[in-house]
Parts: sequence; C-alpha cells; structure tokens
Amino acid sequence: MAQVSMTVNGMRVSGEVEGRTLLSTFLRDTLELTGTHVGCDTGQCGACTIHVDGVSVKSCNMFALEAEGAEVTTIEGMANADGSLGTIQQAFQDHHGLQCGFCTPGMVMAAAALLKENPKPSEAEIRTYLSGNLCRCTGYHNIVKAILAASGQDVAKEFAA
Amino acid sequence: MPADGGIGAPNKRREDVRFLTGKGRYTDDINMRGQVYAAFLRSNVAHGRITSIDTSAAADMPGVIRVFTGADFEGIGGLPCGWQVTDRFGEVMQEPAHPVLAQGKVRHVGDPIAAVVAATAEQARDAVEAIEVEIEELPAVVDMKAALEEGAPKVHDDLTSNLCYDWGFVEENREAVNKAFEEAAHVTTLELRNQRLVANPMEPRVAIGDYAAHNDESTLYTTSQNPHVIRLLMGAFVLGIPEHKLRVVAPDVGGGFGSKIFHYAEEAFCTFAAKQIKRPVKWTSSRSEAFMTDAHGRDHVTKIELALDGDNNFAALRTETYANMGAYLSTFAPSVPTWLHGTLMAGNYRTPLIYVNVKAVFTNTVPVDAYRGAGRPEATFQLERVIDKAARELGVDPIALRRQNFITEFPYATPVAVEYDTGDYVATMDKLEEIADLAGFEKRLEESKARGKLRGLGVNCYIEACGIAPSHLVGQLGARAGLYESATVRVNATGGLVVMTGSHSHGQGHETAFPQVVAEMIGIDPNMIEIVHGDTANTPMGMGTYGSRSLAVGGSAIVRATEKIINKAKKIAAHLMEASEGDIELKDGQFTVAGTDKSVAWGDVTLAAYVPHNYPLEDIEPGLEETAFYDPNNFTYPAGAYACEVEVDPDTGKVTIERFAAADDFGNIVNPMIVSGQVHGGLGQGIGQALLEQAVYDENGQLLTGSYMDYAMPRADDVPFFAIDHSCATPCTHNPLGVKGCGEAGAIGSPPSVVNAVVDALQRAGKPVTHIDMPLSPARVWEAMNQ
Repeated sequence: MAQVSMTVNGMRVSGEVEGRTLLSTFLRDTLELTGTHVGCDTGQCGACTIHVDGVSVKSCNMFALEAEGAEVTTIEGMANADGSLGTIQQAFQDHHGLQCGFCTPGMVMAAAALLKENPKPSEAEIRTYLSGNLCRCTGYHNIVKAILAASGQDVAKEFAA
Repeated sequence: MPADGGIGAPNKRREDVRFLTGKGRYTDDINMRGQVYAAFLRSNVAHGRITSIDTSAAADMPGVIRVFTGADFEGIGGLPCGWQVTDRFGEVMQEPAHPVLAQGKVRHVGDPIAAVVAATAEQARDAVEAIEVEIEELPAVVDMKAALEEGAPKVHDDLTSNLCYDWGFVEENREAVNKAFEEAAHVTTLELRNQRLVANPMEPRVAIGDYAAHNDESTLYTTSQNPHVIRLLMGAFVLGIPEHKLRVVAPDVGGGFGSKIFHYAEEAFCTFAAKQIKRPVKWTSSRSEAFMTDAHGRDHVTKIELALDGDNNFAALRTETYANMGAYLSTFAPSVPTWLHGTLMAGNYRTPLIYVNVKAVFTNTVPVDAYRGAGRPEATFQLERVIDKAARELGVDPIALRRQNFITEFPYATPVAVEYDTGDYVATMDKLEEIADLAGFEKRLEESKARGKLRGLGVNCYIEACGIAPSHLVGQLGARAGLYESATVRVNATGGLVVMTGSHSHGQGHETAFPQVVAEMIGIDPNMIEIVHGDTANTPMGMGTYGSRSLAVGGSAIVRATEKIINKAKKIAAHLMEASEGDIELKDGQFTVAGTDKSVAWGDVTLAAYVPHNYPLEDIEPGLEETAFYDPNNFTYPAGAYACEVEVDPDTGKVTIERFAAADDFGNIVNPMIVSGQVHGGLGQGIGQALLEQAVYDENGQLLTGSYMDYAMPRADDVPFFAIDHSCATPCTHNPLGVKGCGEAGAIGSPPSVVNAVVDALQRAGKPVTHIDMPLSPARVWEAMNQ
C-alpha cells in the first residue's frame, strides 16, 4: 500500500492505495465521490470521465498513484458555489439531456472539456467529440441539443424536434 | 407553455438535479458496514462436464472468507421461469433446471461454476484465479437449425431434444392459410435474421445481499426493473424465504431495456451467501461479465410469406421462426417469440388469415429474453420488410400498398387473438409524410447524386401491444403471474402526498410524470407530491416496469387510488361545510358546495383527516391513505409510421442516416418532453440494431463480441437529429388516462425503415439487392452491391 495525495474539487485529500488501484476506484470507494461511474472495463464508455489538471480523462484508465499532486475535478465539483446547477448541468436539465443518469456525469465532464477547447462547437463537432461517451437512453438527440444550448447557441424551442 | 403543470405539461425532471450533481444513489454506490465481496469463476467453454473442482488453494488466499460451489446449492431451487408455453400439439414446453451455480455441467461461456467471497473485490477476483476446475469439453450447439438435427449434442441431458416448444398460432388457421397461399395471385417470400443483441444498459448489474440476525430478515439491493417480482421469484422458488422476511431494494437504476427484469443467479447467490457468513456480500458486474451473463435479446431466424390477391390486397401471411432460448430459460423468455410476437403479426393491416409457427431452441449460448420491444420488433421487422419487398416485386409504391391495406375501422379484431381498440393509421402516415418532407425527397436524391452518394428512402409502420396486463388474458397465455399494478396514495396532515408505486423508474422520469397525474386530479402543485418506488418495504405489491406499461397500468392504479382519496376527502369536506356529499366539487385544490360560495381548501380537509376534532367519526375513519390495484381489460396499441433516408457510399458501403422521422400515436400524453426523449432513445437503439450491433458466437460457442471493443454500440456521431411527432393521438379507450405507452416504439419501428432505405438506395442504383441482414455494416452492404 502507498500513500497518495491530490486536490479533488478544491479539497486536499489523501489515502492509502495499492499500486493497481484505479483512480475511479479511489474516488468512489475511498473518497465516496460516487458520482463518477464505471460502465465498462475497456475505456470505451466514458461514464468515468473527470478532469485531471484541466484535461478530460477516463478515470478508469489511470492509476490513483498517477494523480499524485494533481488537481482533480469530478461531477461533484461542477455546480455553482451556491449549489445551483452550473451552465452545462442546467442545459442538460432544460433540454432533457439525461434519462437514467448513469452516463450523465461523464457526459457533463466531456461537454465541459469540449466547451473549454471550442466554445461554439457545431453539431457535428459535438457528435465527434462525444464519440468516447456512450449513452443508451437518449439517442444523443437531447445531449447534443443541451451542449449547443450551453454554448449559447440557438436551439429550437419545440419539444418534438 | 405551462411550468410544473398537470397532465400535458413538459415539466422539467426533478430527478435530474441529483443525477447532474453526482448525488444519484445507484446500487454500486451503496456500501454496507462489514461488507465483503463476491467474484465468480465462470465457464470458459460453451459446453462441458465438470470433472473436478479444487478450491483449497483459493480458500487459503489472502482475505478469502469462503469459497462456494454447486455443492453448496444442492437441494436449493433453481432460477424459475415465469411463463409456460403450450405447443401446437397441446404439450407444455420443455423446461430445464437452471441452477444458481453449475451442477455437474456448464452450458454457456459465462455459466457460473464457483464463487469466492473475500474481504476486497480484488482479493475475491485473485482467489477465483486459484480455483482449479477440470472440465471435459463437450461439442457445443450454437446454430439453431443444427441444434434440432437428429443426433445433435443435447444442451440438457434430461430433455428429449433441444426443442423447447413448437408453437403454432393460430393452429386452427393452419390449413386455411395454406389454402389461401395456393389461391393467391402473388406470393412474396423473405428469409431473414433478427440478430442477437445485448441490451447494454450503461450501469452494469450489481447485487448486495444483507442478513439481519436480530429479525432473521434478508435484504437484497439489486439493479432491477421489478423488485417485487425478484422478491417473489427468489424467495418462493430459489431460497425458500417468505416474503415477509425478504426485502428487495432497487434504488436508482442506470437503464434496463429489459435486461434487468429477470432474476439472475448473482442475486440469489449474494442473498444466500450473506446469510451463510453473516456479512453483507456485494457483487458488481464488469462489462465483460455483463456480455456473458445479462440476458441477450432477439436472435430469430424467420421465413415469412405474404400472399396477395389480384388487387394487391393482403390475403394471408405465414411465418416460420426459429427463436433462440440460449442455454436456459430466462424469466420471461418463452413469452417473447410467442405471445409478444405472434399476436402482433397483423401489424396495421387487414390480413384475414395468419399462421405463425415458432420453434424455440436451446443452444450453448447466453439465455435470450426480452429486450426493448421484445417480440414486437421481430414481428414488425419481418412484416414491414416483406411488404416492402412485395411492393417492389409488384411495381407499386410501398406507401400506397400499405395505405391500401390499412385497418381503418376500430375496434378491430385481428386473426391473431387481439383486438385493437383505437388507431388512425392514415392520419399517422399523413403526418409522417409531412414531418419527413417526403415531397422533398427527389430534390435531396439529386443532391446526393451530385455528391456521388446513393440515396434511399425507407418507410414502415408498426404496431405494438403495450401496457402488459390483462391478467385474465396473460394467464390464458401461459403467464405464471398476474400483471396488474398497484399504488398507495398517502396524504399527510399538511396536504402533501406520497405516492407509492409498484412501477420502477430507471430513466423513464416517473418521479416527474406521475405527480402530474395526481396534481391534475386534485388541482394542486405537482411539487406537493413525492413518488416512492423501488423498495418492497415501502411500496405495495408491484409488477414493475417493462413493456411500456408504467403509465398505462401503474399510472392508472395511481388514478384509482387518488379517486378513492378524493371521494373520502369530499365526505370530510361535506361534514366541514355541513353540506351534502353529492354537492361537493373539487377544483384547483378547493372543495366547494355547488351553488353556494362555501369552500374549504385541500389542506383544511387533510388536516381534519388527521386532527379529527370536528369529524364524522361515526361514518368514516380518520386518516387519508388509499391503495388501489389496477388490472386493465386489454393491452394498449400504440402505432406509428417511420421514415428513414440514408446515403450509401458506393465505394465503401458505409451507410449514413441522413434524416429520420417518426410519427407516433401514443394516445394521451402526460409529459411531452419525456415522451419525446423515450422515442429518441428507442430510435437510437433501433438504428444501432440496423447498422451496428450484433452479438457473435463462433462455432464452438465462444462469444466473440464480449466488450465494447467488439460490440459496436451506437455513438453520438452515428445518429442524426430526429424529427418526431405524437400529435395524431387516438386515446386508449380502456384505461382512465387514455394513454398507450411510448417506451419501446422507437426500437420497434426503426430497424425496418433503415433496411428498407438501404435496399431502396441500392435498387435505385440498379443493384438487384432485395435484402441484407442486419447489422448493415459497410462490409455487408459493399458485398451486396458487388455480388
């Protein structure tokens, strides 16, 4: 076992881990930040997407020890300071961009990384960027719509679109 | 646009706030004090005899608490099947045992042989590696027709063959149908496969067993669509625990799509092991395990024939289907190719004579059961493909041929045992033509041509039977359970309500939609109403969520319970206002006396119910809580028309969905935003089936598609924005809400339109292609184009 320390959502944290402990496991089991989900074991589904030092990563593809000293942001750190939903989170609710909610934390983290890189992405750019995040509920329709809206772009108001 | 309104309002989902902030509570988020972990040794061969198991090395591994094998489950019940089909000769189906841990034989890759319980999940997995098992490998049967040949290896030694049942429907029509084919002016024949799929909810299955010695109560936390059904099946048939000593909790569940209806071995194992070792036992499926243990879907091989008269009227329909059951009968597996499939073969059309034959077959593969649509996508695909092929053979417009044969008068009794109550297939087709802009197709075709792409248009209709109940009917059809739904409405003294429902939400938004129904009836803010579900300790007996039944059956139970509440509240109001009960009216949360200005508020009445200082105690009890069980007298029949436009790259065979439109009739709608989302999701899955997904076994029964590296899930860049409409509503006539159900429509209706569109594109390019089996991968399309 080894000691690992990092900053998660602005809080200094540390814990004992094995060399093989995944960052996703450390977040979920040691820190009890269960908003980060694990949906596969091959790095394909993206439910475990978080930010490490400002970069979007799949936390199941990283050992906890590799995050020593890093600044980590998870879905639990995405709301506004007053606890209200952040812009992307609010857009997901407004446009029904989630159903079962399991892929949602990864989607929101991926969307945040996209909008940081590309503040006004096109529909095609959003779809391409999200190809590492699987959703089985929404057919992606309202996720893409939510991200367009979160980037301040016009989205048709009707529901049946 | 009303905000937080009643029926018809697109209220934003209240559950979203917790999901968007990481506060959802899924089963794997639950950790119990003293919890230990289970891991399973699974068969790596498709068929074999276990000759020895040595667990001694595993038992000595660090952290290991106990190793379990099949021997620990001798004398304990197997996983039961909830549906018994009677074959065309009047015999009941062959029903093999389905042990929790293998008893002597393994029958598919992934079949559990042994399990380790250890202090950590890693230690449990490490110890599984140390179990020494010897398996004498036996020849496997994978192909269904080969499995039925004389001398084929038997999946179950104690059965007479690999045939589960040979079902004919309607058997009495067999000869009349054959005669109609002899007299037909034209017969179109199509052989096709509805490929094996894996449901793949994004949350893998999880089970936590817990045992409380102080009251001898077992609790199972599980990723289930129907916790009460699991309690009944596991308690009564597997572990012998009475229902009052067994609690099943299904908290937030990350999607199901059918695969979380069924009772699985891991649920029984964790509950059993927790009692044995007196510690909570947790198992979390990896995705690889999910691929080889979650029930798969579809896997039908069909020959369908359509007979037409000289005026292109449908005269008769005949099908022969082989349906894969896999190695064991999953909970509802026998019902899928029979009663959820044969009864829908009339589709939206007047076909006077229909005969459906289904041979259900055991193979050395993962069990197959209901997956979004369950039987209805298979029926729709065959029917809508054969109609398209017939139109092309006859040189008539595929839409015109459909319109000519539409059912136009309701109620309509089909020749396959069901009666459609309402529908307007002409109106939905008109609406489809409008929203899909079919008039603009020719122009888009030219644009595609200019880009060097082959464009095609595919259209189809669908019908489904939803709201699975009528218990009296499903009982005749072989169901071993009733299929009603229940609700308890508890009104608190201060006027807020808690609605406890047997329906289960795993993405469908019940916490938002159900309060809209109650709020509409009472005339209060939906935010005064809380939905409780997913815990057998808190909710009355329920049958759960599948088959697009939650609102039609569960919502109707809530209506019935709320009606009882209102009736009692009116009695209290009458007393408070010294008026006659018959004169009391309830509107906007105010009770009034007709023809007077007297009124009392909802909250005054609820308070009186619990603070009965001035109360008609001699006439009615204090308190305000009511339970209702609702069992409808028919299925509901959502229907629609879908259109897909594709572009095919002539150099690579790659298919791109350019446009997709869906016009659905779901009857009345409670929350249009949620309904649209359900359709989008179904379309995503249906397009996934049409273009990408397939579970593949090799001839030895090895699953070649065991992860997301090999099984192609639809991604954001595989689908377009969808144009959908559900304004052509003909309300259901036999439930109080007039709703029909919307959860499966997209997955049922979309595969044929995609395939029809690709065939159309290739035929327009002069290719003599009449059918390509799904998934329409670039390789398959290219091969079909270049035959």
